[in-house]
Amino acid sequence: MVKEIERAGIPVVHICTVTPISLTVGANRIVPAIAIPHPLGNPALTAEEEKNIRRKILETALQALSTEVTDQTVFEVKY
Amino acid sequence: MKLELGYIHIHDIQLAAASKVENGVLYVDAEAVKKLVLEDEQIASVEVEVAHPGESVRITPVKDVIEPRVKVEGPGGMFPGVISKVDTVGSGKTHVLKGAAVVTTGKIVGFQEGIIDMSGVGAQYTPFSKTNNLVLVVQPVEGLKQHDHEHAVRMAGLKTAVYLGELARSLTPDETETFETLPLKESMDKYPELPRVGYVQMLQSQGLLHDTYVYGVDAKRIIPTVIYPTEVMDGAIISGNCVSACDKNPTYVHQNNPIVHDLFAQHGKTINFAAMVITNENVYLADKERSSNWSSKLCEFLGLDAVIISEEGFGNPDTDLIMNCRKITEKGIKTVIVTDEYAGRDGSSQSLADAHSSADALVTGGNANQVITLPKMDKVIGTEDYVGIIAGGWDQNKHEDGTIDVEIQAITGATSEVGFNYLSAR
Amino acid sequence: MSKLRVVHYINQFFAQIGGEEMADYKPEYREGIVGPGLALQTAFGEEAEIVGTVICGDSYFNENLEKATAEVLEMIKAAKPDLFIAGPAFNAGRYGVACGTITDAVKKELGIPALTGMYVENPGADMFKSSVYIISTKNSAAGMRDAAPKMAKLGLKLAKGEKVGASCEDGYIPNGIRVNLFEKERGSKRAVKMLLAKINGKPFTTEYPMPDFDRVPPCPAVKDIAHAKIALVTSGGIVPKGNPDHIESSNATHYGKYDIEGVDDLTSDTYATAHGGYDPVYANEDADRVLPVDVMREFEKEGKIGSLYRYFYTTVGNGTAVKSAKAFAAEFSKELVADGVQAVILTST
Repeated sequence: MVKEIERAGIPVVHICTVTPISLTVGANRIVPAIAIPHPLGNPALTAEEEKNIRRKILETALQALSTEVTDQTVFEVKY
Repeated sequence: MKLELGYIHIHDIQLAAASKVENGVLYVDAEAVKKLVLEDEQIASVEVEVAHPGESVRITPVKDVIEPRVKVEGPGGMFPGVISKVDTVGSGKTHVLKGAAVVTTGKIVGFQEGIIDMSGVGAQYTPFSKTNNLVLVVQPVEGLKQHDHEHAVRMAGLKTAVYLGELARSLTPDETETFETLPLKESMDKYPELPRVGYVQMLQSQGLLHDTYVYGVDAKRIIPTVIYPTEVMDGAIISGNCVSACDKNPTYVHQNNPIVHDLFAQHGKTINFAAMVITNENVYLADKERSSNWSSKLCEFLGLDAVIISEEGFGNPDTDLIMNCRKITEKGIKTVIVTDEYAGRDGSSQSLADAHSSADALVTGGNANQVITLPKMDKVIGTEDYVGIIAGGWDQNKHEDGTIDVEIQAITGATSEVGFNYLSAR
Repeated sequence: MSKLRVVHYINQFFAQIGGEEMADYKPEYREGIVGPGLALQTAFGEEAEIVGTVICGDSYFNENLEKATAEVLEMIKAAKPDLFIAGPAFNAGRYGVACGTITDAVKKELGIPALTGMYVENPGADMFKSSVYIISTKNSAAGMRDAAPKMAKLGLKLAKGEKVGASCEDGYIPNGIRVNLFEKERGSKRAVKMLLAKINGKPFTTEYPMPDFDRVPPCPAVKDIAHAKIALVTSGGIVPKGNPDHIESSNATHYGKYDIEGVDDLTSDTYATAHGGYDPVYANEDADRVLPVDVMREFEKEGKIGSLYRYFYTTVGNGTAVKSAKAFAAEFSKELVADGVQAVILTST
């Protein structure tokens, strides 16, 4: 899916847990997520902490979308 | 560690007033089984049914399949850490009711679970159309949470298998087979000329209905470790997963792990089957990296020349498989991997989610997306209410004439990734 | 039943007209069998009859591709065959390309069952293996005895409309379509055998060669993210509770498009996952953990982004054929472009 969106001319950031798969399938802007059943959350935390983490991941995603890349790039989230 | 398996061949199961084994027939007192299962307060009701090979019977939604066994000599009991105490099993003697199986079904837990047809085209795809099956239709109490529901049904199946296995305790086996794995140094001394071969088994550990237990420990909480292959024959590994049903290992398949058996068949002749390593397939990337680092490190440490790696599941576990394959190959160890494929209904799509050039020797259990039409059956044990939502089904896949279209991923054991089945693809 | 009519195509060399010096030979139709057709006829037995043979020089065909194809097609059409067979071309490059081209044209333009044969390294094999059945042959004409029965067998299957088996069963060069088959030995035994071969340095054939992945160059970055319209897309199967469009829990055949105007938070009462490949408990408790509508709304209010696109697209990645997922995305990406979406956040489980 990620490649088809990019092929259509829209920059796309892929937020996913298994970044090796994302690299193999060919996403160009990648942000690592938390875990497969809850990529943008963590049920072990309080609701507030959880939302904070979600914000950080999405802020990284926005930063990835705003960054020029020439090759596949993984943008690590700073927690 | 040395284990003798004594097989008592079972060619029929019948419900009767008292449970016993006589002339290859397993007689089961259904009331006794019900009483045993209903000890668990989370279970509201249970029905006991029998399904024989060749009958016009469908079992669905299937959760687990278990072989009745009993330890007659040596430490420990069946399913250590779960039913029996956590003693180390895998040595002494174990009796097996070969040809019989306990199958659990009942209200669906998730989207999941599988189908076993005892005859027709579906029967060709599941190994459990060839066993005589004692089926438990387990219904949970109202409002039971999914995790508890899964646990209750899992325990019901295991307890019943242990109850039936007990019937074989004092019987004389029709056939015996012995398996032995020596400690590292002795094994090296005994077979200095033979290549040292290992088996790396990846255990499904992704969460609800995707879990596996090792001596009672949830496999997602283990780091890769070494286990004697005979421990597995005594129920050291049990299944808590069944989705997609085609490529998950029911407990029966762990007890009879075919890679273990086929490596033992060559042991002492062409290879020294030296060690078995178990690892997991977790949902965190760091876990995937850690576990594959560890499995490759263990293979190196054990001085292995070659290994077979088997996957359980598909999608993100394909990455664990590829990581294991790549890292073990980088240690200079030869690898063969066993997996299955999701190549789309027309077979034209890419089969695996991940790939690497080190994976140059691959055995496949077939394309799980292949669609087949299951005939109407005279009898359904469980319910067909869910055939549209289990993995491999789709909305309105059941037709007015009673036939059902499914992808074979819905069929229990169809594309076994430990090579328990004969299906493949090219 | 009358015998099936077969037309055979060969080059000037196999027609014993001549070698390279005769490669400009123009298409010619002869009644009956010529040259290697004899071996095919023997393999067909009583089931089929080679009624005619088209002969064409390899250079003529390749240098006049369109014209030659049209001429040859005309001759084949006139003979009204039930089956067309070209070659086998073994490892002859131009002959292979000619066989592939004409077999493809007969199949597509005349709608007549057709196949050819060649060595796997023949350039024609790579060009045509995914469009027509190509029987895998040895690299020289010495392989005719081996190739003829395979070509005849698959040819008869195609002509009769029977189901074609897997490449290893029917002897064709793998064409990218995975076909299931039941093996004589179980998978574990095949794995042990393959391992033994690998240990001993003996040849073995993997049951699935690793694929090559294609790449798309990255799009330029979004210049002004604070004013950009951003869409959310997920393969995590988030859907309105009750899964109104019945998206399958595995190998989804379609995707959903749902309006989130006025939705600030996905709650357990309104949204859930249809995905069957992971523990659904956490996503069902709070779908924002997969599709982060809540935080995107906050970003919208805070001016970190321009706006959140009013729809989200969703499907289930679990066991879903890459080809389907590609088709879904190609389709909805058009809508995204049309609606002026400037960036996409895609979440996967």
